[in-house]
Amino acid sequence: MDIRKALPTALACALLGLAVSAQADEPGSQAMAMIKADFKPHGMAGLDRLVEDGVQAVCNRSDNKPPQAIAQRLQQDQLADIKYPADGKLLGDWRAGEKIAQSGNGFTWTDKPGVPAGGNCYNCHQIAPQELSFGSIGPSLYHYGKNFGNKPEVQKYVYDKIYNAKATVLCSTMPRFGHVGALNEQQIKDLVALLLDPASPVNK
Amino acid sequence: MADPMKIRAQMKGEIADIRVLMSHPMDTGQVKDAKTGQIIPAHFIQQVNVSVGGKVVVEGQIGAAVSRNPVFGFKVKGAKAGDKVVVSWTDNKGDKRSDETVIA
Amino acid sequence: MKRILLLCAAGAAVAAFPAVAKDAATAEFEKFRDVLEADNPAELFEMKGEELWKTKRGPNNASLEKCDLGLGPGVVKGAYVQMPRYFADVGKVMDAERRIVYCMVSLQGFKAEDIARQPFSSQTHTPDQTAIVTYVAGQSRNMKFAVPMNRPEMRETYEIGKEIAAFRAGPYDFACNSCHGEDGKRIRMQELSNISTHEGASKSVQGWPGYRMTGGVMLTLQWRMTDCFRQQRFPEPKYLSDTITALITYMSANAQGSLYKGPGIKR
Repeated sequence: MDIRKALPTALACALLGLAVSAQADEPGSQAMAMIKADFKPHGMAGLDRLVEDGVQAVCNRSDNKPPQAIAQRLQQDQLADIKYPADGKLLGDWRAGEKIAQSGNGFTWTDKPGVPAGGNCYNCHQIAPQELSFGSIGPSLYHYGKNFGNKPEVQKYVYDKIYNAKATVLCSTMPRFGHVGALNEQQIKDLVALLLDPASPVNK
Repeated sequence: MADPMKIRAQMKGEIADIRVLMSHPMDTGQVKDAKTGQIIPAHFIQQVNVSVGGKVVVEGQIGAAVSRNPVFGFKVKGAKAGDKVVVSWTDNKGDKRSDETVIA
Repeated sequence: MKRILLLCAAGAAVAAFPAVAKDAATAEFEKFRDVLEADNPAELFEMKGEELWKTKRGPNNASLEKCDLGLGPGVVKGAYVQMPRYFADVGKVMDAERRIVYCMVSLQGFKAEDIARQPFSSQTHTPDQTAIVTYVAGQSRNMKFAVPMNRPEMRETYEIGKEIAAFRAGPYDFACNSCHGEDGKRIRMQELSNISTHEGASKSVQGWPGYRMTGGVMLTLQWRMTDCFRQQRFPEPKYLSDTITALITYMSANAQGSLYKGPGIKR
């Protein structure tokens, strides 16, 4: 897994330090030292996970409200990192997408390495109307394609959002599924189709 | 040695309300230990007896379908405050336990 | 956080029908819990824990009746709702489970490494300290949380706990606050408490230790915190770590004054 592609933490913090220099006595340093001492690796969850990447560092030190200039710059870096399918097609199979959206598997210390991760989508979003057990941390995505259409720019927006939500909102609560390798290209395409395909139950 | 039961018994009007919490794994013999992958051998209560004031009021046979740490409730007519309630069980491994209380 | 959601919402469809306020399963379970509360199997663990507290055990053949949970040696009544607390004898803030294990090690001579090997209940095993925590917690039933926050060490631990709750890391960029930092949110149908508020924090500390119907196991607040880190995709916190104590301090202090109803029952 490669989650260290973003701007190095030190540089990000330096950027932030310039912008919010009032916080000289870095808040959270005791907490960070405590966390560093208190965890042990388990299964696939190694201690490397406690090392913040640039985006996390900036969001942690700005209470998830980074100065706009820094946010824009880091968002651009995140956006530049997104990889698109070679054939340029972003719409996959909505049926496969629904299965991925349902699954909450992946990345915990009890998950088996090698088993594909799920999208965890219903954990936080309302999506297809048949599924009544949906979370509310993120906005409802029901009728997404019906409301926004499925033109190429909408497809790209959705693909980007799933691949790396931090490319549009730096401190979004949503994970960066493509960026960290949780979901592969085909899985993301299938999720784009779940939201945008006119035949998907989301748009009925 | 099995852990003690928790027995509550009190008169509610003409009827004695007896409630029993039993400490027992109630293993069905059909579940694998998540850590070792080995089947957890069947271990469950088979016989439950309740007597009130020296008179047997329940002779029950139960099986593996009953949940772990089971709860039972009985309503008994003709009992009175001060009567002794004795609850006992026997499981498929021959373990036994008997506890008692007095109706409040 | 609000701003981010607003931005997200701007790019998304408006819900075509309102989210279900409380799902049927939750409502049904709550009825079930009301019936069961009078006969909560957690009471069996309270009994077991009381016996363990009073019995001479371990290499030193000592009982825990000299264990000081903050109110003097052997005083159990009311101790649970007054922890975490700063213990001058060790110079540390400790939550209930941590203090109890400390006593098992220092008074009875058990080895901390042995206790840490299997710290939480499984289908086949309930650790002694789980039963003892349940007993101690039961002795604070119907008392109000009164965590001694007048100590500077407690206030410092509280602040650290607050910071840890906000710390985002790991493959999914999750912090405790990603799920427990706002009111009225759910994961699937599971309602999430906002631990930064009095009401939310009270909900979070209420009902622990709890008897889980699924699997029939007795679980402590330490277990709950550890499992949250699992779901957060973090590595595993070491058993009885400062990090968990700090988070429990943060939540318990936010729950200050709310009535503790005793060991609970969970789905």
